[in-house]
Amino acid sequence: MSPDLLKLIFGRLGFESLPLHEPIVVGTFAVVALGGAALLGGLTYFRLWGYLWREWFTTVDHKRIGIMYMILGIVMLLRGFADALMMRGQQMLAFGGSEGYLNAHHYDQVFTAHGVIMIFFVAMPLVTGLMNYVVPLQIGARDVSFPFLNNFSFWMTVGGAVLVMASLFIGEFARTGWLAYPPLSNIGYSPDVGVDYYIWALQVAGVGTTLSGINLICTIVKLRCPGMTMMKMPVFTWTSLCTNVLIVASFPVLTVVLALLSLDRYVGTNFFTNDFGGSPMMYVNLIWIWGHPEVYILVLPAFGIFSEVTSTFSGKRLFGYTSMVYATVVITILSYLVWLHHFFTMGSGASVNSFFGITTMIISIPTGAKMFNWLFTMYRGRIRYELPMMWTIAFMLTFVIGGMTGVLLAVPPADFVLHNSLFLIAHFHNVIIGGVVFGAFAGISYWFPKAFGFKLDPFWGKMSFWFWVTGFYLAFMPLYVLGLMGVTRRLRVFDDPSLQIWFVIAAIGAFLVLLGILSMLMQFAVSFLRREQLKDVTGDPWDARTLEWATSSPPPDYNFAFTPVVHDNDAWWDMKRRGYQRPLTGFKPIHMPSSTGTGIILAGLATAMGFGLIWYIWWLAALSFAGLLVVGIGHTFNYHRDFDIPAEDVIRTEDARTKLLAGAK
Amino acid sequence: MSRLKILALLPLAAALSGCDYVVLAPAGDIAAQQRDLVIISTVLMLLIVVPVMALTVLFAWRYRQSNTEARYEPEWDHSTALELVIWSAPLLIIVCLGALTWMGTHLLDPYRTLGRIHADRAVDQSKAPLEVDVVALDWKWLFIYPDYGIATVNELAAPVDRPINFRITASSVMNSFYIPALAGQIYAMPGMETKLHAVVNHAGSYKGFSANYSGAGFSGMHFNFRGLDDKGFDAWIAQAKSAGGALGRAEYLQLEKPSQNEPVRRWGAVDADLYRLILNMCVETGKMCQSEMMAIDAKGGNGHEGLNNTLPLTYDKYARRGAPLGPEPTFVAGTCTPDAPQGQTTASIKAPIDIAPLTGAGLKRPTFTPLKSSSFFLGLRPKSDS
Amino acid sequence: MTVAVNPSQTGEPVFYLADEHPHPEGWSTSLGFWIYLMSDCLIFAILFATFGVLGGNYAAGPAPKDLFDLNLVAVNTSMLLLSSITYGFAMLTMQQNKVAQTQVWLAITGLFGLAFIGIELTEFAHMIHEGATPQRSAFLSAFFTLVGTHGLHVSCGLIWLVTLMVQVGKFGLIEANRRRLMCLSMFWHFLDVVWIGVFTFVYLLGVLR
Repeated sequence: MSPDLLKLIFGRLGFESLPLHEPIVVGTFAVVALGGAALLGGLTYFRLWGYLWREWFTTVDHKRIGIMYMILGIVMLLRGFADALMMRGQQMLAFGGSEGYLNAHHYDQVFTAHGVIMIFFVAMPLVTGLMNYVVPLQIGARDVSFPFLNNFSFWMTVGGAVLVMASLFIGEFARTGWLAYPPLSNIGYSPDVGVDYYIWALQVAGVGTTLSGINLICTIVKLRCPGMTMMKMPVFTWTSLCTNVLIVASFPVLTVVLALLSLDRYVGTNFFTNDFGGSPMMYVNLIWIWGHPEVYILVLPAFGIFSEVTSTFSGKRLFGYTSMVYATVVITILSYLVWLHHFFTMGSGASVNSFFGITTMIISIPTGAKMFNWLFTMYRGRIRYELPMMWTIAFMLTFVIGGMTGVLLAVPPADFVLHNSLFLIAHFHNVIIGGVVFGAFAGISYWFPKAFGFKLDPFWGKMSFWFWVTGFYLAFMPLYVLGLMGVTRRLRVFDDPSLQIWFVIAAIGAFLVLLGILSMLMQFAVSFLRREQLKDVTGDPWDARTLEWATSSPPPDYNFAFTPVVHDNDAWWDMKRRGYQRPLTGFKPIHMPSSTGTGIILAGLATAMGFGLIWYIWWLAALSFAGLLVVGIGHTFNYHRDFDIPAEDVIRTEDARTKLLAGAK
Repeated sequence: MSRLKILALLPLAAALSGCDYVVLAPAGDIAAQQRDLVIISTVLMLLIVVPVMALTVLFAWRYRQSNTEARYEPEWDHSTALELVIWSAPLLIIVCLGALTWMGTHLLDPYRTLGRIHADRAVDQSKAPLEVDVVALDWKWLFIYPDYGIATVNELAAPVDRPINFRITASSVMNSFYIPALAGQIYAMPGMETKLHAVVNHAGSYKGFSANYSGAGFSGMHFNFRGLDDKGFDAWIAQAKSAGGALGRAEYLQLEKPSQNEPVRRWGAVDADLYRLILNMCVETGKMCQSEMMAIDAKGGNGHEGLNNTLPLTYDKYARRGAPLGPEPTFVAGTCTPDAPQGQTTASIKAPIDIAPLTGAGLKRPTFTPLKSSSFFLGLRPKSDS
Repeated sequence: MTVAVNPSQTGEPVFYLADEHPHPEGWSTSLGFWIYLMSDCLIFAILFATFGVLGGNYAAGPAPKDLFDLNLVAVNTSMLLLSSITYGFAMLTMQQNKVAQTQVWLAITGLFGLAFIGIELTEFAHMIHEGATPQRSAFLSAFFTLVGTHGLHVSCGLIWLVTLMVQVGKFGLIEANRRRLMCLSMFWHFLDVVWIGVFTFVYLLGVLR
């Protein structure tokens, strides 16, 4: 075939795009391919495709979508963590003339991919998954406001993850750092597909995130059950509301800034070029106007989880509910006024720098107030040390250190000496692992019995906990030290042999975290095998306080047979205390949204379009775009998107629960 | 105050002896003041962090389920007095820290000329500050000493106790110019100039590097910074002079091509205009300087004639190489009178501060240097069809 | 056995609704659409900001005063403003349940929108033909992107409008279609408001610059 024809069909994709010369990648591919084939084979053998498609892929049930988000987050955690291990290994070895085992081309992709995956495809899905699962239950709703959109959002997030994963085996990922600053990320300096993978993965996933944000705001504002005024909402719902407001008010900025970067790369415009009047500094500003709120998008729900967990396991009302809510709202607003602290060193004037430094410090006031609120929730409580509470204590002790170093970095002259150093790396891992990851784990172990009807195995949970916590401190405290020695981030090789010991300690820490992750997987497996012993039939295994514990575990499709009425912040606690009797008759048909395959089809088309644009396969991009339009418009011709669960089904489900509850007594 | 500082330093110093904690034990006054701020801020925050951590452990232990002795008040959830304390305690700390930040940020503004060279020594007005022009290249550092007419790659030297004025730019992508022992870092960006004022107080050899990832050769992009006594510095200059060679525009265009792990290089002579041409991104002949472009833009552009002053790009460092859907890359040709004097130094840079809020307020943009364009050779280049 | 308790009868607290009515279809739609519009508004805000930063960087090329034909833009603006008015008439007739008249007004709105897009494309083509391409300077990049994004929105609005006309034709002015027409109405007026910003800040102030 003529080269022109090949180019028309395959764009710039060719055999040389496959990284066959990278033994590590080929090995990974072999393992992933074998595992994938085994998985697909297993699914086919056990005839699970139909079940998966009907019950999961096309579902609009917020609970199932939430669970799928969590699975996505955990799978991507494995990939992102593999990148982390490779970095720790490289930095541990590359001393005294050794180049380590990764060349620059590979290493630079690894640290970029690590950052992108951990933020967008681990932390975001975990947080979104928990919000999706818990919020409708906490507010006594039957689903989210726009169930179809919810399904679509999820699959768009998966589409982004698919593109990032594809870059491992087809072509390459960006070599720019996770925020892809131009001019480095512009076509002149990054001519290959890496940055395009970055752009389209984030654009596809970003659409999903924005829509999911809109969806959850509407859910919280419009679908609360009777009696639940704003100031009676559980704190997790409050933090979710603020997080989704932040999502809707910041992700469009990311969308625009990436769109401008892609215009520069594809059409040759001059937004961020050096010549022709462009301004790379504008990119840095815009991306951090999204990037800083993003930090709070991740951490606010974690704060909410810790609030629920602390009050449940202390057997006590949350101390200072009102100030907790106001603190959350203040953080939400302030998070837009601090973005410049990510680049004090860009040469802004002293007044600008100190303004942003001081606004940053001000955020620590509501955050500190929250910390005290948790403390005084524990005060005069009866603390049960189940796994979620252990994660919470670990969070409280770890997060204050991260917060302290964060405020330190907010002092511009201090930032001049610590900016981009390993001290900074230690700081943000300190808050993201100590805050978001510990929070997600607390949330997983807290709500797992709600989702599956049995508790997680405590032994492997505690193993995982201790490996994670010690591993975290071993991995990141040395980085604080290295930062004070003036070691900067993203270095691939080192001259000074006296630094090596610290990197070795950090690598040992990373290895312990690996054990922590493996223990966690083990915990899931063991819990599944021991599910009969760990079973909870009450629906309320922790003697908890909020509405999600009022229904069965796992909850029925319709969540609540009757819409609850709320009189107190701790609605379920109040119901238990005042002798609530579960209704046994009078069930009626329940109106529910029906499943649809449109979401996954649209997201698949969007992913294909992204792939076409990445590789300059223009026909594929055009065709997928046309497909998007046709399927999207076609979907609007379907006016029958919901159905009634017949009263008999409700009665059957509820009677089964009545029997279970009677058996438990 | 200083006694407090020393007290705070003692445990740190004990714990950290044996390693080179350059950020905590720098050799320059600016970095030392920045270190002091790091320590004072940390101590201030420890005032609240330590009690919080202690209380966490205390409450976690005391109110454990098995301790039935402890009071249990499941309905207690509010105390106005306590709320006041938990909001005002962090507030007070932040008020102190904020005041410190405001002062420190202004006093240690890298654009500010030095007011002292050491905690107890004022600037010696008889000595002019050392001017150094710094260019971050792919992937090495170029240092130009305009007063001495020499240039080096990957080696920087300065006399002890003499203020140094750095003017910093980059040729292609963003870097960050950082010598931990001397002073905090500042970005080096193409087409823009940042400034740094610093002084080294102790003779010695220190590490300097880029602190902002800039591509494949980033790890090898470091240099030695040597603090020398006056005699040693003169000898160093003489050594560079004797290295011979001249760094002109042609040599620079060779030098700026990407290369990794560059050894130290020296030039005994340097084109006096080179730095400003680099800053204005017009080292290549025929290319319009940024300063000229900005001056034209400030007067409202070049009108319709401006549509015809681009030429195809043959050397592809700066622009839009390979955008699949765009036209062939071009550059803006210089339009000044061809008899513009070449190589003449102009007045020092005193640009008005560009206050466009999103472009880094306060950052000085390149100045307008009239008749500095290098369009002299324009006629020798192929004309564009457009 | 427990029956849902009515507080007025016994004074006991009510913990669930024994007799509930599901939220009407589209209960959250108008709030959701508003929030979507605000996020879209943010997209335009960033594009305006970009234009504000880069709008004076002509790269020694042409400036707004050399390129913009205010008369043409005024005609264009009036097209869009008129289309907003006609959309308003469509909504009024919709409220009176007059299908045919609603369709006519929608069609007129679509024609005005099409005229707007046509004029804008003509303007773009003329500029590109002159050599004032988006690649020529940061100002032109920002200009084409801001105005082009607005144009793209109007085009999407047109596709939506045609879809809705088909749906109204097929299913009549049922509740769902009324809700959709109401959403499109908000979208259309929103684009009008954005265009007034474009006209003022890009064209008028640009020529004055």
